[in-house]
Amino acid sequence: MRIVAEDLTYIYNPASPFAVKALNGVSLTVEEGEFFGIIGHTGSGKSTFVQHLNGLIRLPSSLKKRKRPRGWKNIPPAVLKVGDFDLADPKTDFRALRKSVGMVFQYPEYQLFAETVKEDVAFGLKNFTEKGKAKPTDEEIAAAVKDALHVVGLDEGIAEQSPFDLSGGQRRRVAIAGVIVTRPEVLVLDEPAAGLDPLGKREIMELLHRIHGDWCKTVVIVSHDMDEIAENCTRVAVFSEGRVVRCAPPAELFKDAASLLALGLDIPLTAKLTLALEKRGISIDCDYTMKDFVRRVLARKGGGQ
Amino acid sequence: MNAIEFRGVDFSYGGDFCIRGLNFSVGEGEFVAVLGHNGSGKSTLARLANGILRADAGEIRVFDTILDDKHLFDVRKQVGVVFQNPDNQTVASIVEDDVAFGAENVALPREEIGRRIEFALRAVGMEEARKSTVARLSGGQKQRVAIAGVLALKPRVMILDESTAMLDPRGRREIADVVLRLNKEEKITVVLITHFMEEALLADRAVVMNRGEIVMEGKPEEIFARSEELLTYNLALPRIGLIAKSLREGGMSVKDTLDIEKLADEIAEEIVCGS
Repeated sequence: MRIVAEDLTYIYNPASPFAVKALNGVSLTVEEGEFFGIIGHTGSGKSTFVQHLNGLIRLPSSLKKRKRPRGWKNIPPAVLKVGDFDLADPKTDFRALRKSVGMVFQYPEYQLFAETVKEDVAFGLKNFTEKGKAKPTDEEIAAAVKDALHVVGLDEGIAEQSPFDLSGGQRRRVAIAGVIVTRPEVLVLDEPAAGLDPLGKREIMELLHRIHGDWCKTVVIVSHDMDEIAENCTRVAVFSEGRVVRCAPPAELFKDAASLLALGLDIPLTAKLTLALEKRGISIDCDYTMKDFVRRVLARKGGGQ
Repeated sequence: MNAIEFRGVDFSYGGDFCIRGLNFSVGEGEFVAVLGHNGSGKSTLARLANGILRADAGEIRVFDTILDDKHLFDVRKQVGVVFQNPDNQTVASIVEDDVAFGAENVALPREEIGRRIEFALRAVGMEEARKSTVARLSGGQKQRVAIAGVLALKPRVMILDESTAMLDPRGRREIADVVLRLNKEEKITVVLITHFMEEALLADRAVVMNRGEIVMEGKPEEIFARSEELLTYNLALPRIGLIAKSLREGGMSVKDTLDIEKLADEIAEEIVCGS
């Protein structure tokens, strides 16, 4: 499913003294099959944007008249489409949309609640039945839970345990399993690796690559970790003050390190090294993944080109 | 006199030993970073040091006071702990009320509490937010309020248990600055438990824990230079170490360093010399 946003604006507490414009005309397209990155400062509108993608925040035009916020007419009309779902249309089946767009929030392990891992993972599946379709049988649920636990790299034996007896990294996997169990086409994750140790971070990113493709066609991550972005993403959107100020593949984006630094954002280590080498009169043209950087540096060893 | 001293401490959560025969000391005024993968016993160490957990065997001393039931509350006044999630550590909705909470609970006089709030908020650079709502602060600001709440008790030792793990890069820098200043200016002994190598570099000394034991100890730069050894303790190398390692494997003679400029110098030398 392709994600298309045009001129998306969102104001918290509209028509009040506390009004904050979180999104100010965001236009962005994410193609099906991408591993898309969203970066930007705290407060730049990243989370507000991703919350639109599965209808947690609704466009005023998709709401019943009496539920529309005051002053909504002053907000320019926006386009927001996820595949065939038109999020500006009140007739859209938002339940079906939420099944297709999985959302993993920051620190999802804090949202676990059930007595066993099995029940926790099954919750979404039991509650996302589309209108007019039969509820999944117990066997179907058991099979889906098993598959989901398998793909996030958890042992089946864990299914009967309490999620609260697991380690932080394991709990996060359970939480992700609980989202992907409905087989969403698009998976959106807000800071999926935050708070984990370096090894845990690597494992989570490997897990996302395993999910990306067969399981969820499109993956969108919000991250502060530029190395993570450089290593994993096909394209990156840079949010600043509610707007998308850049949108490019990492290889292009990090070439212009100065503009990112000016926004107060960090750059990946490979980009820092490239800059440091430039000062020494050596230019390395790489895509800013570690592998490519090392390869190109080694090729220059002993004066090679 | 050592600020904290563990002698032959054992601890288990009921199953296998989590901490085993641990000897560990932190000098007064020292800044020590504790590293280790998940489950290595780092957090248990923090909880033992201010008596949240009780050791099964061995002895823990804080400024020469033995940590036992009789001295538990004396020790807690000396050792403040800041945890990972700032939201779990705030109790009041207004910043100054939150900072006052600890001080009120040890029944300090009212005027003194006022002075302590002022001191603590100034120390973490949040004096302007005194009347703000905690919920409206950023993660880094909330964590600074949590630190201020501990500081209001004027502890001599501060333990930060992954207190920056949930913060964005800006928030992490804010906390690192505050901690460094408290150590250098207020002479507070600091034990910093962290996953971030850059933060460990701020410390005078770093220790690496594995299976409840201290397995490496030294200046942070020295520890990070021993990259192969770090890997055996399930600690991922810092990224710059990974790059240096890959370059070495490709035949470049670059040393392990955490300094980007140094690594760039070495790479430049290899490239220019050969031509």
